Parts: sequence; structure tokens; C-alpha cells
Amino acid sequence: MALIRAIIKHPILSGLLAVTIGGIVVLTLIVAFLDQIKWVLSDQFWFSNILSLAIFGGIMTAVAYCILLERKISAWIQDRYGPNRVGPLGLLQPLADGVKLLLKEDITPGHVDKALFVLAPFMMFVVALIGFAVVPWGGTFRWPWMDADATPLVAQVASIDIAVIYLLAVGSMGVYGVVLGGWASNNKYAFYGAMRAAAQMISYEIPLGLVVLTAVITVGYLLPVDHAMDCLRLEGAVAAQAPHAASWTMWVVFYHPVAALLMFIAALAEANRAPFDLAEAEQELIGGFHTEYSAMKWAMFFLGEYAHMITSSAFMVCLFWGGYHLPYCTWLSTDESALAMLCRIGVIGAKIAIFIGAYMVVRWSLPRFRFDQLMRLAWKSLVPMGLVILAAQVLIVYYGWPQWISIVVNLGVLVLAAIASLTNAMPISGRQQSLLIKEKAAREKEYELQHAGV
Amino acid sequence: MTSILAESPNLGYGPIAVLLGVVFAVGIVILLLTHYLPKATRHGPEKDAAYESGMPIVGDARQRFNVKFYLVAMMFLIFDVELILMYPWAMAFLKSRTSEPIADNAPMIFWVGVVFFIIVTVGFIYEWGKGILRYD
Repeated sequence: MALIRAIIKHPILSGLLAVTIGGIVVLTLIVAFLDQIKWVLSDQFWFSNILSLAIFGGIMTAVAYCILLERKISAWIQDRYGPNRVGPLGLLQPLADGVKLLLKEDITPGHVDKALFVLAPFMMFVVALIGFAVVPWGGTFRWPWMDADATPLVAQVASIDIAVIYLLAVGSMGVYGVVLGGWASNNKYAFYGAMRAAAQMISYEIPLGLVVLTAVITVGYLLPVDHAMDCLRLEGAVAAQAPHAASWTMWVVFYHPVAALLMFIAALAEANRAPFDLAEAEQELIGGFHTEYSAMKWAMFFLGEYAHMITSSAFMVCLFWGGYHLPYCTWLSTDESALAMLCRIGVIGAKIAIFIGAYMVVRWSLPRFRFDQLMRLAWKSLVPMGLVILAAQVLIVYYGWPQWISIVVNLGVLVLAAIASLTNAMPISGRQQSLLIKEKAAREKEYELQHAGV
Repeated sequence: MTSILAESPNLGYGPIAVLLGVVFAVGIVILLLTHYLPKATRHGPEKDAAYESGMPIVGDARQRFNVKFYLVAMMFLIFDVELILMYPWAMAFLKSRTSEPIADNAPMIFWVGVVFFIIVTVGFIYEWGKGILRYD
């Protein structure tokens, strides 16, 4: 009795006990009523909705743990411990953070535009969390109780024929949340942050669009002739990169390595992540566009940012890194059992996790850009590089050249960019340059004055 | 190539609409929760003022800002419209090139795209030369 009382009184152990009992009850219910829910799971529409709810919950959880991971990685890079007090290894930290944010005072300052002030975090949240609907998570499969010749299910929320444009559109809607938040706050820091964020996000949309178009044309060229029009579907892009007998892998990244790099950079900038986090540069703008926000409204901006990271990683993985395919694993790519579907979800999840880790290591390793450097990077290097790669890919398709020529073009673009950056080095802004010229003139004048009297 | 795209049912936009509804509901519930949960709330002139590092606020935040931001927006408009036009063009181009035999109008489609691309590129170089892309 004393042991049971101790377990019930202990906050962590009692929580674990509740979760275990709840899990056992739910599992028992599922097993008991499996026959009744079989038809729900076998129907494509209901399965899609169940999957979308599951992934929605999964992404919300993943976002909470991404924040913990981010703090752990930053601690590891800066040689600290990171959160390690709440639960074992700090694993209950996201829960504590969530409860704290929910119970914090929700301040709406007197000078704000109230409707837009509430709308902005809501918009950021909604827009970031509907993007994953078109990502192919697990390919086609059949449940064990289904007939072998039944129409297979698709482990995907929605299979629309303009998935790539849908994702681009949803991704660029994110700028509304930021700008509305900054504008409604009626705070100069928030306003400048919003302006910067808007300029940055719309600038990096251009190279992103160019690179995605390149990948789409490549995929259309790689797909078999009767499926060439499926290249705007993400599952089409993934199918084009399945392991193939002729080559050990057909991932688009091997044909367009520089384009994949450009897309990673553009995705970093789109998500407002360091080194492109000028919109919330703490040293200059306090918090940027979310200076005036508190409690759950503030948290919704962060949920949106991290969910956007997950969606853009999934986008990159599907277009360039082979989706749920692995080299040589033909079983993984072609098998239509539920087990293979779960394995495919695991593979694409692992790839997304690798990208999230890359985002975080980049954030804690690189210093922030200055605004003119940021815009120069977008317009004067990424856009020309994207244009050249796109033109090369169009020529390859038109003249029916072998696809490996794009590798040569990509590396050539990289070499040209390196040469251009080394010969036209512009490490300082024009304003700093004019300051330096003034300083030099002043120094010369002082020197003359000193030596005039001698 | 294995037929991974084979006979998948067309799901349409139904599940996206359902997902949108769910996300809307969750967002509204979060906003209501954070607003209506009982909390100690106290207002005052200083607490309700804009947070500008503790300095007294000078003027309103809705004031003039650098014209460069307008220029960026205009550049974005031009280039994004170009990109959005390129997507359907790319589809038509791929369709004409990958059909067997190659469609008769394939050269026409290709050259229309090339002319459009060249006009946009020349415009981009002109903007670059005019110094619109300078931000310092």
C-alpha cells in the first residue's frame, strides 16, 4: 500500500502509470472492435482523414520536442547541459512549457489593432499546419485483411494534381502572419521586424520557385512517358526516384546537387531561421514581429515556425532526396503490405529528422547575415544560379540529352559563382565604405597637421 | 520502373478541407483557452504601452519607411508572376516533348518559353544595372 501511495503521489510515476493504463485500455478497445473498424480503415476517404489527424497530432508533438531538441543541440554546441530538470533528461520539458504558456497572462496591449493582433498568430498556425496534406508519407499499401486484388490504399492525406504549387502557395501565405503581427502590434520594433521579414520571405520565394521548377521538369523527364504529367504531384516526384536496375539510385539530388543546396538555403530563409533570422534579431529588434505577444499567442508563432520547418523539409525530401525510397531497397519501394507502409513512413520521417537537425546545427553555428548581404545573396547569387540551372534543364529536355549533363552544369555554376565571389568580393556595405573613406581622409588630414608644424 | 503510381484513387480536395476545418478548430480553441483561462490580469498605462526597451514612446509606429521595401515588393511581383507563368508552360512543354511521337508544336512551345525567359532575364539584368538590387 505504501508503494502504491508513493507512486500515486510522485508526479512523474503517476503520469507514466496513467499513460500506461490508458494505452492498454485503448489497445484493448482497438483489438476488441477491430472487425467493426476494419471497413473504416479500408475506405480511402476515412483512412485519409484518420491519417491526417494522426499526422497532425504527430507534428504537434514533434514540434514540442523539436524545441527541446533545439535547446539540447544549442547546449551541446555551447558546451552547456541544456534542460535536464523536468523528467528524465528533460524529456517532460515541452509539457511543462506548454502548461506554462497556457496559464501565462495573455496581454493585449491597449494600442494594438485588436482584430489583426489575434488574427496574425492564428493565420501563422493554420497556414503552417495544412501544408503536410499533400506529402506522400507511405505510398500504396493493403491491410492484411484486404483482398490481394483490391484497390490499394494510399498513405497520404490528399492526392491533388498541383501538389507542388499548393505547397508553394501555402508556404508563401506564412508571410501574412508575420506582417499582420508586426503591423497590428503598433510597435516600432515589431514593425521593422515585419518589414524585414516580408522583404526576406518574398525575395527567397524567387530562387525557391526556380529550383522547384527545375526539379519538377527533371522529374517529368525521368518519369515514364505516360506518367510525365504526374510530375506536379509529390508522389510522382517520389516515384521518379525509386531505386532502379540501371543505376544505383535516381534521386534528383544527384542530378542537381547545387539546386538542392539552393533549395535548402531558400527553405532556411523562408522559415525565418538563423542565419536569416533578421526578423527577430534579438540584439536589434528585441523579438521582432512578436515583441508584443505573450502566452499561447506567442507560442502559436513558434508552433507555426517549427511546423513550417517540418513541412519544408518534407518538401525537400520528396523533390530531391528520394522521398521514402532508399538505394537498393526495392522491397521498401514496391511492397504493398502494411508493414512496408510503416517502414516507408519511418524512412521519410528519418530523412525529415536529418534535415531538422541540419537546420538546428546551422542555426547555432553561423552568425546572422546583415540585411544588405541577405538581399544580395537572394537576388545576385541565388536567382542567377537558379536561372542558369533551369535553362540548362529545359535545354536537356528539349534536345533529349542525357540527364547527367545537368551534373556538369550544376558544378559549372558552382565554380562560376565561386570565381565571381572571389573576384568581386564586396565584404562591406557601401555605407561602411564611405565611412572608411571619410575616416581615411580625416587621418590623412591629421597626419598633415601633425607634420605641418615640424 | 515499378508502377508505384498505379491506379491510386483520386482523393481530391476533401481531406484537405477536413484538415483545414480541424486546424481552424484547434487554433480557435487554443486562442479561447489562453484568453478565458482564469489568470491574474492587471492593466496600467505603462503595461499597456508599446514595449520599446523601456523608453518613453515617441510617436506612432505607423510612419514612413524605406522605399526599398516597396521596390523589393515590385521586383517580387514581376518575378513571381513570371514563375507562376512558367509552371503551366513547363507542363505544356513536358507534354509536347514526352508524347510519342513528339508533338508537332513542340518547337513552337519551346521557343515561346525561350523568348519569355530572355525578356525576363534582360529585365533582370537591367534592374541589376540600374542598382535596384542594392540595399546598402
